[in-house]
Amino acid sequence: MNAPQDPKKKRMARTAGMVVAAVVGMTGLGFAAVPLYDAFCRITGYGGTTQEASAAPSQILDQRINIRFDSNIAPDLPIEFAPVQRVESIRIGETGLAFYRIRNLSDQPIIARANYNVTPHVAGPYFAKLECFCFTDRTLAPGEEAELPVVFFVDPELVGDPDTRDLDTITLSYTFFRSPTDAS
Amino acid sequence: MTAETAHAHDHDHRPSLYDWKRWVYSTNHKDIGTMYLIFAIIAGLIGGALSGLIRWELAEPGVQVFAEGSAITAWLQMDSAHGYNVAVTMHGLIMIFFMVMPAMIGGFGNWFVPLMIGAPDMAFPRMNNISFWLLPASFGLALLSMMVPGNGDFNGFGGGWTLYAPLSTSTTHHGGPSMDLLILSLHIAGASSILGAINFITTIFNMRAPGMTMHRMPLFVWSILVTVWLLVLSLPVLAGALTMLLTDRNFGTQFFEAAGGGDPVMYQHLFWFFGHPEVYILILPGFGMVSQIVSTFSKKPVFGYLGMAYAMVSIGVIGFVVWAHHMYTVGMGLDLEAYFIAATMVIAVPTGIKIFSWIATMWGGSLDFKVPMLWAIGFIFLFTVGGVTGVVLANSGIDTALHDTYYVVAHFHYVLSLGAVFAIFAGFFYWIPKMSGYRYNGFLAGLQFWVMFIGVNIIFFPQHFLGLQGMPRRYVDYPAAFEYWNYISSVGYAITAFGVLIFLVTLAEMFIVKRKAGDNPWGEGATTLEWTLSSPPPFHQFNELPVIKPDTHH
Repeated sequence: MNAPQDPKKKRMARTAGMVVAAVVGMTGLGFAAVPLYDAFCRITGYGGTTQEASAAPSQILDQRINIRFDSNIAPDLPIEFAPVQRVESIRIGETGLAFYRIRNLSDQPIIARANYNVTPHVAGPYFAKLECFCFTDRTLAPGEEAELPVVFFVDPELVGDPDTRDLDTITLSYTFFRSPTDAS
Repeated sequence: MTAETAHAHDHDHRPSLYDWKRWVYSTNHKDIGTMYLIFAIIAGLIGGALSGLIRWELAEPGVQVFAEGSAITAWLQMDSAHGYNVAVTMHGLIMIFFMVMPAMIGGFGNWFVPLMIGAPDMAFPRMNNISFWLLPASFGLALLSMMVPGNGDFNGFGGGWTLYAPLSTSTTHHGGPSMDLLILSLHIAGASSILGAINFITTIFNMRAPGMTMHRMPLFVWSILVTVWLLVLSLPVLAGALTMLLTDRNFGTQFFEAAGGGDPVMYQHLFWFFGHPEVYILILPGFGMVSQIVSTFSKKPVFGYLGMAYAMVSIGVIGFVVWAHHMYTVGMGLDLEAYFIAATMVIAVPTGIKIFSWIATMWGGSLDFKVPMLWAIGFIFLFTVGGVTGVVLANSGIDTALHDTYYVVAHFHYVLSLGAVFAIFAGFFYWIPKMSGYRYNGFLAGLQFWVMFIGVNIIFFPQHFLGLQGMPRRYVDYPAAFEYWNYISSVGYAITAFGVLIFLVTLAEMFIVKRKAGDNPWGEGATTLEWTLSSPPPFHQFNELPVIKPDTHH
């Protein structure tokens, strides 16, 4: 290969530099996808991600809606976990209270955490929790039994959305996993 | 090479074929291209052997080949259902990363991009050397991954080529080092491809001969340019996802672990953001080669040159915004599905432009059905069949029923196994006289085409029926109801394997008989720059850069 002239070499280095920048940028975007994906789900209620709220809505409609409660347990977790009530009928905008019962069946302390969503997924943006046992890790002593409260409401804006205004039932689902911080 | 004689060092500095330094230290784009092609052939034979085990197993219901203690698989330590899963996984990964990509981009790309744009070599010849030699290292790790514990005492990773979490991160299912080796292997293959991509982009943007404007570049060069941009933009995302798998497995991160607040579906998003462009990476260079070949053997410039070039660009661009059509069944919601359906179907437009432009190129041309042309027309036919089933699968409603069935397997093998592989054979038989300097036996090569054309259709066409009947993919066994078409499919494999044998014989015969090819064996239709050089081309070409005039392009 004949020695390339200097300006050409410079131009080639610039092109290569641009491509390397694109590679680095895409790598960055790949990792940025993790928090972005999480934020996307929380903001849009995607996949039935529920909302967190600090205050109940001021408006309460006459329209009622059924909230069904579902519970699941990860296969390797020796606990009993079930809703106290299967279904609850509340007015839209009204604050509801429900309980789940959990019991550690083993003779070891367990650190566990619940994941949650609602179905149908389109209801995600309108289902808000004021208080939930699922926001933090939970330590259960051997044999310990507890009642876990969840305080929630259905946002009245639900009736303004053509996708959700005909809903008469929302199912709230929890799955308990062993927390990654639990060494056993 | 008339201008060369004017120089003092006019003789060609071609080192001996048997000098190991020529290959290990090679900085010559043609030598590196040759090594890529040989590598691809070897990897293709290994990947093809794995698919042979799969088809052999599926020839009849029940577990035979992968049954415990079965002769061949016991020797490979794959005599289990897990072994079958490993065979399926590795067949996919080997064919994609170690056969199609090295052959098309590394092999033909390295050989002919510099020749076609009138460049003396690639922009960074030594980086080119690294790009190639990373690949055997990567392949070695992938093969090693098959030989170390993956799932308990069973060797290898069996979670499919997509490496979906949580199966790939689960310590109960793939706790062994096999998956880690596979991650490292793909990291290295990715690094190799990215280095190659940097090289190609720099070469194409800066080293074109005087007069070779972007809009005069042969379509093969355009196809490589689009392909390597796809590599640059998509591979880093795969690298990111693989790194997350690696840290989830080994360093306690929770990217894809639901218990820790992660989301396994996010892996699928990241993977397919890479994976969908990847399928275009596998096929676009084939588009480029087929364009050159159809034009050459129709003795006409390609119809709608600019439309062809920009169709590839738009396929590349749209290819980045359709990824979730691989994961309709995750429950993404109707609106998102509607978007991905529409976007996916839009790709049929530029693809249709290409198909119809190839046909229009042949229309009214002086057609010459030499072996490369047979492969190219075979490609157009098979790719169109695969494209039609692709439009079917784009509909989320239909896909929900057909997801992970043999219908999908048939679809992507029609576009990739048959489409991409036929394009590779087309390119191989088009350029081998240029690369080696010898002509091959036309009868043998033609026989190989017909045997393989019949064979692959017998393998994959019945798989449409199996899929529509509901046969799921990635299972070692099936109910007797699926036996009929599975048996026929396996017979097709035997025919295809015979075709591959003819290919090897053709290759050997060519190098034994040594018929001189001459500079341009294809006559007036072959107008690109590589045909102005000797066969094989001089070790260093274009010391005096060729000047391209407006009327001599494509």
